[in-house]
Amino acid sequence: MSTQQQEPETQEAPQDPEMKGAESPVDERERESGVVDQTSADDADLEGETVHLKVFRYDPEVEAKQEPRFDDFHVPFTKGMTVLDAVMYARDEYDSSLTFRHSCRQAVCGSDAFFVNGKQRLGCKTQISELEQPVRIEPLPHQEVVKDLVVDMEHFYDQMHAVEPYFQNEDTPDASALEEQRQSRENREKIKMSTRCIWCASCVSSCNIAAGDNQYLGPAAINKAYRFAMDDREPEEVKEHRLRIIEQEHGVWRCQTQFSCTEVCPKDIPLTEHIQALKREAVKKNLKFW
Amino acid sequence: MYEHDVIVVGAGGAGLRAAIAAHEAGADTALVTKLHPVRSHTGAAEGGINAALQEGDDWELHAYDTMKGSDYLGDAPAVETLAQDSPEDTMRLEHWGMPFSREEDGRVSQRPFGGLSYPRTTYAGAETGHHLLHVMYEQVVKRGIQVYDEWYVMNLATTDEPDPNDRTCHGVVAYDVQSGQIEGFKANDGVILATGGPGQAFDHTTNAVSCTGDGHAIAYRAGVPLEDMEFIQFHPTSLPSTGVLISEGVRGEGGILYNEKGERFMFEYGYANNDGELASRDVVSRAELTEVNEGRGVNDEYVYLDMRHLGEERILDRLENILHLAEDFEGVDGLVEPMPVKPGQHYAMGGIETDENGQTNIDGLYAAGECACVSVHGGNRLGGNALPELIVFGKRAGRHAAGEDLGDAQIETGYGEDVEVETDADLPVTPGEVGIEPADDGVAADGGVTADAEGLLERTVERERERVDRLMDKDDGIQHAEIRQKLQKAMTDYVNVFRTEEGIKKALKVIRECREEYQHVYVDDPSRTFNTDLQQTYETRNLIDVAETIALGALVRNEFRGAHWRKERQERDDENWLKHTLISWNGGKPDIFYRPVILEGEEKTYEPKVRSY
Repeated sequence: MSTQQQEPETQEAPQDPEMKGAESPVDERERESGVVDQTSADDADLEGETVHLKVFRYDPEVEAKQEPRFDDFHVPFTKGMTVLDAVMYARDEYDSSLTFRHSCRQAVCGSDAFFVNGKQRLGCKTQISELEQPVRIEPLPHQEVVKDLVVDMEHFYDQMHAVEPYFQNEDTPDASALEEQRQSRENREKIKMSTRCIWCASCVSSCNIAAGDNQYLGPAAINKAYRFAMDDREPEEVKEHRLRIIEQEHGVWRCQTQFSCTEVCPKDIPLTEHIQALKREAVKKNLKFW
Repeated sequence: MYEHDVIVVGAGGAGLRAAIAAHEAGADTALVTKLHPVRSHTGAAEGGINAALQEGDDWELHAYDTMKGSDYLGDAPAVETLAQDSPEDTMRLEHWGMPFSREEDGRVSQRPFGGLSYPRTTYAGAETGHHLLHVMYEQVVKRGIQVYDEWYVMNLATTDEPDPNDRTCHGVVAYDVQSGQIEGFKANDGVILATGGPGQAFDHTTNAVSCTGDGHAIAYRAGVPLEDMEFIQFHPTSLPSTGVLISEGVRGEGGILYNEKGERFMFEYGYANNDGELASRDVVSRAELTEVNEGRGVNDEYVYLDMRHLGEERILDRLENILHLAEDFEGVDGLVEPMPVKPGQHYAMGGIETDENGQTNIDGLYAAGECACVSVHGGNRLGGNALPELIVFGKRAGRHAAGEDLGDAQIETGYGEDVEVETDADLPVTPGEVGIEPADDGVAADGGVTADAEGLLERTVERERERVDRLMDKDDGIQHAEIRQKLQKAMTDYVNVFRTEEGIKKALKVIRECREEYQHVYVDDPSRTFNTDLQQTYETRNLIDVAETIALGALVRNEFRGAHWRKERQERDDENWLKHTLISWNGGKPDIFYRPVILEGEEKTYEPKVRSY
């Protein structure tokens, strides 16, 4: 059904010009001005111009799309336009079968991580004006492609669930007495960045280790484990249980600190640092037993 | 066909909380949701959760503030339930690990919010909804509750007795977005709709693209009245270019609003002499637009929200997320310059009519969260009151659907003896479905009282399959995006913060045109795999129905209350309008009726007072 997307065969199939807006007046203007070749520019430079997108297409069910290809779209630039705005425009105006996940438009739902000009980025958070053209938009690498920019997230979710991603403390105070578990500001600060994960899978997609070892928990799941293991509200024995999970064969020790996850994280979570911190905690725990 | 005791539709805050509650009450529970749970729009909520947690605060004060904020259109039994249950339910989130912001002594922090007499907004940075959503999804994972994610619910399976109050809901029909497979989901004990808001009926909105009023529309067509739909909250601080929300927390922490002349207009022009920027949201939104309309707006479009004086340390500690949003979506550094803001559609106070146990007039059908109208928000929702609504009424609906006795509800639902029928509404066009198909509305065509649940579901599945085939077999016509854009523009042009009879009538005409065009809608994408074209075509139909109820409510309510302002009558009319607007689908011929608001609480009556801040 799906194709493993490593380096997709680029087939520059000529497109029906009407469908892709290539004959729109705006596009004529754009072609004359030669904007297609321009490199990064700020908003003012792009005002009144069009943006050239090359978007990955694949659909296992539709004959013309069974062979992966790239389609060209030329969309009129508007101030503040993001990659998501651009693909939404292309879909709504030119080709309603162009398919991608998106929802909140404000970098919190984590639906629209794409591979844009060779880097994992959230479409909604990436300004078109900051990108070289043509803007190449592909699904996340190392994930099964379902259709166009949509990848199968099941494996990602399975890995997240594998670290028991829920708070564990059987001994909480009485809720009806309105009594909370106390937590220091320092401890809250320590886990703060880790709690910002939006499950977009950019990190896992960027990780060489995850690409080679399908069972590797991956940076997102390990970060989730960190979020709980470092939370002082959980008892010590739960923390030890968590460390046992992440130090298994496909756990933290696989990480080779290449920092690619940290570089692509749209929420600036220091993922590599968190993985390293858990390695240290695991060593400390094991020393206790000797 | 899938089968569970309780089916929850939607997996945002209310849906997740309902599922946890139903599961804890012993029901075999499943979530059916068009988004994976962590993608839900609850995650975008920023400000916090109102809960009377501290000594010196009291649930009664919370209830009073909420009634006042509602402009006396909240039902007291619902408002008091919210205020009473919120503290314990908020604390339970803490026990589930929610990373609330903390005080030096390790207790959870609370901050001031608009319209509150006590700083009772409990928060986790400026990303409270994100944490609430993830914490509750974690609890769903912990309990092993079944989640059908990326399954789009197309319709309800409901019996077809002539009186909607006699009908029973036996489940839903949904399609698996990834495979295109259409299946029935039988619910032995109840269906809970928790599908969120209808913000996509407008084009400048803080709401997600997924907020398309699906639950509203399927419940409405099955015979549940939609209540107080005219009450739409326009949040005073959304970013002008995208509609991205800037939390009220900024003003809660001391942020200031300026006009183009550098005047602190909330005080200088007397919009709210006591509370200034922290007046209720409807008051601040009208003030901003008045500034713009009178020529004191920046670029004739927006005003400034300034938080620089709070200092970097405090901003980073409590509002860091705001810095990212302003930078990423408006290119503004909130530490060194004021942020441009204007009102944006944010929240629907109205929704599917329910009682305080989440029940609708149809047996086995519940609603909770933004899609529901209990009603706690009445004419205007206070900041920090949406999240407690999710957890309090999500929990109650879940428990009740699973068979727990929560006591008799005091709020009536459905058409009954206590309602007053609107007979002389001056409508510019006939509302309702154009070219309606027989039994198009999720009720059995031939089942009635004798229908067995499984047969009913099978027939409903068959009808949705036929509908999909029709949409996909057509080779040309109009695409949903064109209709949707037209609808959104009309709603934003004419049913916005300031409303006139003439404008609303124009909107109703456009909505009618949209209905006619929808007769020719077709799905161009031929694929059954992840066909978002098909899903959005369904959603657009829902938006049309929901937008029409908003405009109808706005037309008939000829007074100014809460978020609903009418040019022709710029004052609150308690003599005639202490009542809820209810719109019933009535088989495609919508009718309008009214039910009196309940101002009598457990121990006191909330007498309407002049609402000043």
